[in-house]
Amino acid sequence: MGALEQGFAYGFLVLGVYLTFRVLDFPDLTVDGSLPLGAAVSAVAITAGYDPFLSLLFALLAGFLAGVVTGVLNTKFGILHLLASILTMIALYSVNLRIMGRPNITLLGKSTILEPLTNAGIGMFNAAPLLFGLLSSLALLFLLWLLHTAFGLAMQATGVNPQMITSQGVNTDRVIILTVGLSNGLAAVSGALLCQSQGAADVNMGVGTIVAGLASVIVGETLFGCRSIGRALLAALLGSVLYRLTIALALSLKLGSFSLTPSDLNLLTALLVVAALTLPKLRGKVFSR
Amino acid sequence: MIHVTDLVKTFHRGSINEVLALSGINLRVKKGDFITVIGSNGAGKSTLLNCLSGSYPIDSGHILINEQEVSRWPEYQRASLISRVFQDPLLGTCGPLSIEQNLALANRRGKPHGLRRGVQRSDRELFRKQLAQLNLELENRLKDSVGLLSGGQRQALTLLMATLVKPKILLLDEHTAALDPKTAQQVLELTQKLIEDQDLTTLMVTHNMRQALQLGNRLIMFHGGRIILDVSGSEKAAMSVEDLLEQFYKVRGEEFVSDRMLLV
Repeated sequence: MGALEQGFAYGFLVLGVYLTFRVLDFPDLTVDGSLPLGAAVSAVAITAGYDPFLSLLFALLAGFLAGVVTGVLNTKFGILHLLASILTMIALYSVNLRIMGRPNITLLGKSTILEPLTNAGIGMFNAAPLLFGLLSSLALLFLLWLLHTAFGLAMQATGVNPQMITSQGVNTDRVIILTVGLSNGLAAVSGALLCQSQGAADVNMGVGTIVAGLASVIVGETLFGCRSIGRALLAALLGSVLYRLTIALALSLKLGSFSLTPSDLNLLTALLVVAALTLPKLRGKVFSR
Repeated sequence: MIHVTDLVKTFHRGSINEVLALSGINLRVKKGDFITVIGSNGAGKSTLLNCLSGSYPIDSGHILINEQEVSRWPEYQRASLISRVFQDPLLGTCGPLSIEQNLALANRRGKPHGLRRGVQRSDRELFRKQLAQLNLELENRLKDSVGLLSGGQRQALTLLMATLVKPKILLLDEHTAALDPKTAQQVLELTQKLIEDQDLTTLMVTHNMRQALQLGNRLIMFHGGRIILDVSGSEKAAMSVEDLLEQFYKVRGEEFVSDRMLLV
């Protein structure tokens, strides 16, 4: 159940990573900073007495702005996309500390978005997966709609063939800025949901976010395919859940006296991404013989 | 229609690789002109097209379209006036998107791409009708992704997209050069039909002198960043490939002599 809850909470991030990495072909490391940014904004807002749902909106906006910064650095200042996103990510570490005023904030005793459900008698262990699943499905439907609008088509074309879409009168700079903004808005919502379900925001909770996001996108694609946009979005969301299940499974494994600890997660994730990226190629080689 | 004055464009300015691609071009294009553009490699033909479309920023000079100075407009803004077909058939269309989605993007050229549904139901009838004139049976494959089409089919589709919303100026940059001879001929016939139907003002770069003489009402020849020949109407109609070659060698010869004189 914990894996489901985490999978859906990280679902927003994974959908965002799909937008930048797959649709826009823009490897965006900003999410390592915008996920804790969302958590920080949400935690501070709730502590200040704002409605927990409203704090999600604040997180979304804060994440969007962070993405816009990366987009502007890339398009208007001509900084390589990867470097632009790293710069924003590094800067966000300081910004997040400023927002929280200290390295972490606990939400003990504060109301969260889960409260209405637990008040209605649904247990905490069911409430979080249920609500996060519902919210991330809504985000999926929103992206499905967005990618089929005229702007969405321009977005897809910007990633594949910028020359073509420029000659159709689309300002690709604007498309990139808005899309990277949206992607980081989604990552920040993930951060806000995690902070509310775990009961704390921590400035270091973003480490490795992009790799986990990529792993989820790739695992989803490999297992569920990406023939259509709808299929690819669903694969990303399911990939997120599956990735968290894999991690949970790996952590519960015991080989004699050896067992994995949460500190091994980054190594595991990196290995998983390498495997997911190389296995399809190896399979192709074996079958072509 | 188009009024180009003293257009200068250099590449790698200030470095030892500096190349003067266009050295003060002056050109007036009348509405409805169909101009074929020829010249050897590096003569400046494609550079002129890229400067017109806004792909390359210019060093100095003016580009006026319909009396309006556009030389500082970004490329995407000029797309409201100009449409293009490139040499590479992959460059004009978006592979993963479907035929109808590509056409929908082209149908909004120069207009905002907002949050309306990309492909409207009412668009499909128009798209089918337009595709039918290609005689490639694409009208029944609206939902197929463009990546499935052949180079010739993609180039035909690009042409259709370029003229779906009537452009003020159509720029064709050796758009049949990457196709096999039979397909190239088909695409060329389609080009002629679309240009005649809509009476489009067109600049077409080509390497094929016969083609350049056959098509259009005016011909310009580039050499070394200059226009060295500009013929139209009956004068152009009377020209043969041999005449063109003679003109070409005459200019080259003169340059050769002047270089020699400098050395002596």
